[in-house]
Amino acid sequence: MTGQVFHPGHHELHGVTVVLETHGLTTYLGRFDTQDESGVHLLDVGVHQATPEGQSKEEYIRRSARFGIRPEHKRVVVPLAEVASIMRLADIEPQEAGL
Amino acid sequence: MPYNPTLVAPMRQEMTRLGAKELTTVADVDAALGDQKGTMLVFVNSVCGCAAGNARPALRLALEHSVKPQQVVTVFAGQDLDATTRARQYFTDYQPSSPAMALMRDGEVVHFVHRHQIEGRSPQSIAANLTGAFDRFCAATV
Repeated sequence: MTGQVFHPGHHELHGVTVVLETHGLTTYLGRFDTQDESGVHLLDVGVHQATPEGQSKEEYIRRSARFGIRPEHKRVVVPLAEVASIMRLADIEPQEAGL
Repeated sequence: MPYNPTLVAPMRQEMTRLGAKELTTVADVDAALGDQKGTMLVFVNSVCGCAAGNARPALRLALEHSVKPQQVVTVFAGQDLDATTRARQYFTDYQPSSPAMALMRDGEVVHFVHRHQIEGRSPQSIAANLTGAFDRFCAATV
């Protein structure tokens, strides 16, 4: 990712609300704090577990983009080996009203 | 625990200079938002230097637009705790974040700007988001 560093002196994503997709069934939404050898540290984290009958990951993310993240954990550390992708939540098109 | 009032005073003044009315108590919030008529922007202020540091100038730019809300009010998250909690009860569909902005019309939230839509964005970009909503929801109907 390029562009403005939000909090100078920190990781470029520090303080930014992100969507962290894993190689598994879990997706995390939260504020990026830092990254170290233990993994990616997220704050105020919402979690989506993909299940055949549940809300889709895409719907969960788009709904969160519109209404905000309902935090389930104050802090989560995601091991680097589990991280598939990280993107800004602000880059997600929000769910339209009424959907 | 709230920050030192002296530290946050400039952040409050930045809002009041824009004409925003500070709501510091539950009673203030209820007086402003209870039975709210017309258009009103609720600005949830924050000490976060980077996000709020862009959000406040964004609001200043947006309020230079020809179309704008009839009233602007502000609560200070992390400072005026009860007032902020109360204000958020008027937009419970939206998860709390700060800074944030809720544009209300006749008691309904018609547009919401979350913190994640402010982070890392320029004041001009945030202002464009706001003025688009002002044009859509605050323009006088003929």
